[in-house]
Amino acid sequence: MTTLAAITSDSQRLLAIVLFLSFVGLTLGITVYMGRRTKSAEDFYAAGRSIGGIQNGIAISGDYMSAASFLGIAGLIALFGYDGFVYSVGFLVAYLVVLLFVAEPLRNSGKFTMADVLAYRLRQRPVRIAASVSTLTISLFYLLAQMAGAGALVSLLLGITSDVGKSLTIAAVGALMIIYVIIGGMKATTWVQIIKAVLLMGGTILISVLVLLHFNFNVSSMLSAAQEASGNPNFLAPGNKYKDPVDLLSLGLALVLGTAGLPHILTRFYTVPTARAARTSVNWAIGIIGAFYIMTTFLGFGAAALVGSKAITEADKGGNSAAPLLAQFLGGGSGSIGGIVLMSVISAVAFATILAVVAGLTLASSSSFAHDFYGNVIKKGKATGAEEVKVARFATIAIGILAIVLGILAQKQNIAFLVGLAFAVAASANLPTIMFSLFWKRFTTRGAVWGIYGGLAMSLFLVVISPVGWGTPTSLFSTTTPALFPLSNPGLISIPFGFFCAWLGTMTGREETSEEKYPELEVRALTGAGAH
Amino acid sequence: MSTADTSHDDPYLVVERSPKFRDLRSRYRRFIFPMGAVFLGWYLLFIYCAGWQREWMGTPVWGAITIGYLFALLQFVTTFLIAWLYTRYADNNIDPEAIELKEEVERLDAARGAHPTHTSDEELEQADLSTGA
Repeated sequence: MTTLAAITSDSQRLLAIVLFLSFVGLTLGITVYMGRRTKSAEDFYAAGRSIGGIQNGIAISGDYMSAASFLGIAGLIALFGYDGFVYSVGFLVAYLVVLLFVAEPLRNSGKFTMADVLAYRLRQRPVRIAASVSTLTISLFYLLAQMAGAGALVSLLLGITSDVGKSLTIAAVGALMIIYVIIGGMKATTWVQIIKAVLLMGGTILISVLVLLHFNFNVSSMLSAAQEASGNPNFLAPGNKYKDPVDLLSLGLALVLGTAGLPHILTRFYTVPTARAARTSVNWAIGIIGAFYIMTTFLGFGAAALVGSKAITEADKGGNSAAPLLAQFLGGGSGSIGGIVLMSVISAVAFATILAVVAGLTLASSSSFAHDFYGNVIKKGKATGAEEVKVARFATIAIGILAIVLGILAQKQNIAFLVGLAFAVAASANLPTIMFSLFWKRFTTRGAVWGIYGGLAMSLFLVVISPVGWGTPTSLFSTTTPALFPLSNPGLISIPFGFFCAWLGTMTGREETSEEKYPELEVRALTGAGAH
Repeated sequence: MSTADTSHDDPYLVVERSPKFRDLRSRYRRFIFPMGAVFLGWYLLFIYCAGWQREWMGTPVWGAITIGYLFALLQFVTTFLIAWLYTRYADNNIDPEAIELKEEVERLDAARGAHPTHTSDEELEQADLSTGA
């Protein structure tokens, strides 16, 4: 028995590695090909604005459907039932904020980064510095989550259990993402996202169909089997994970308002030629992401019913192994050829997912550093495109190394929590300033700076004093001292606080520049006149 | 370049003052703000039920399918619906005038003899200096 298990785990390891290396080979080939076509700053930051609306919609989906969604939500549903599904709803509805308020005006009035829109009507230096700080903070939290996920996944699926092995995997993922971004810029990153999105959707559809086949396409019997297997009569009702409804509300707010402030999603709208194409891309993203999150319920409840929470938590306490274990079961179970193949495919897809998302995040943060901080703050707009791109490439290396180091340190952290935090910071620091810049005539530089730093500081502070740091068995600082702030997500307080700071900063100062700049911005944002 | 003394000629400001643009802007805002309130309210109602009406959400309606499961699916449906409504509205009520006004800006700009697309970064640098930042 032990020999058999060893052989299967070896062949499984081999197959997963072969599949993953094919993905890496294919995407590296594309990266080199695209790299030859990346000449100007516009190519590097925005893919020469040559991406079609549909392609960009698929790429947005690729950027958004992270390992936290694929492995994390499937795991949450498998272990906690209904509460995991609430994540899916929040992640999707968030795109209406993007569609109605942000995508088109941003595309029309900005150039390469989120800060371009703020800087158009406000004083550039302070708002660009602030936007750069928040972009780097949000991207780093998000990066950490993905890197930590990569380490966990490897130990789980390839049987690498040593700390050195995990750390080496994280370093390898980091090195690959640095190569994609440095060589291929936005063009290569976009195609990596598109390929990954297609693979992820393909894998998810396959598993979903197999789950539904198992239950004769009867969702009700799948749900009742999941409930029976869980042994919890309330498995299909909310409240199994979020005992405190206020905690759920706080998370729900962060999810729905965070997406429109995520730098790596916002910069994607600069890759299309027009606002109309930006609209098309959000619509495609909504369609793809919506279908994906509906299917997460088949993965999650399917895993609860067919694999069972005991086997899932034995493999990984966070539940991240639910989808791969489900694949193994559907292929014929542990030890069968089908089980090995299917589990390897799903593992390789999960790796591809992590790799693509980290590339997108790294590009967004190095772009902000090079374009906002270096180009417009240090060089005061006098840097050439070539100089900015050179700095962006160096920044990519620096951010990549930082992410590798922090990723190795954060290995034991809960992935979903880190992503939830990134959403809360994005909603608290970025969203108020973006919305007020676009829609509030009186808004001032001081309001923008206060809004960004206020939202950022409050969300980070609340996390530090929350149960994440204190009073629970998994807390960072003390497992016995109770937390000062009871909620695990800061959104409920920090998002209104971000809006309040932006408002207060505006009301307590006067500014001359925005008086004629705002009407100009409005015309640009709504009509697309003078768009880059 | 649109410095303070020549701002009256700025094609953007001319267009911004035109009734056609004001009309377009109010049509845009008249859709997005009420619709934004509708979907946020609808979503918060879902969160409220998931947090405070757990038993009701857990009530089975058809086999093991619960009210909560259907409510969540309904959120997906309304998201698709609102995206479709907005796209249709923008196609019919925003895009035609937006394109006309964009051409108007470009026409005015060309008539002024300036570059059709001026670089905002240079202007901002000036704005930055003029406020003594």
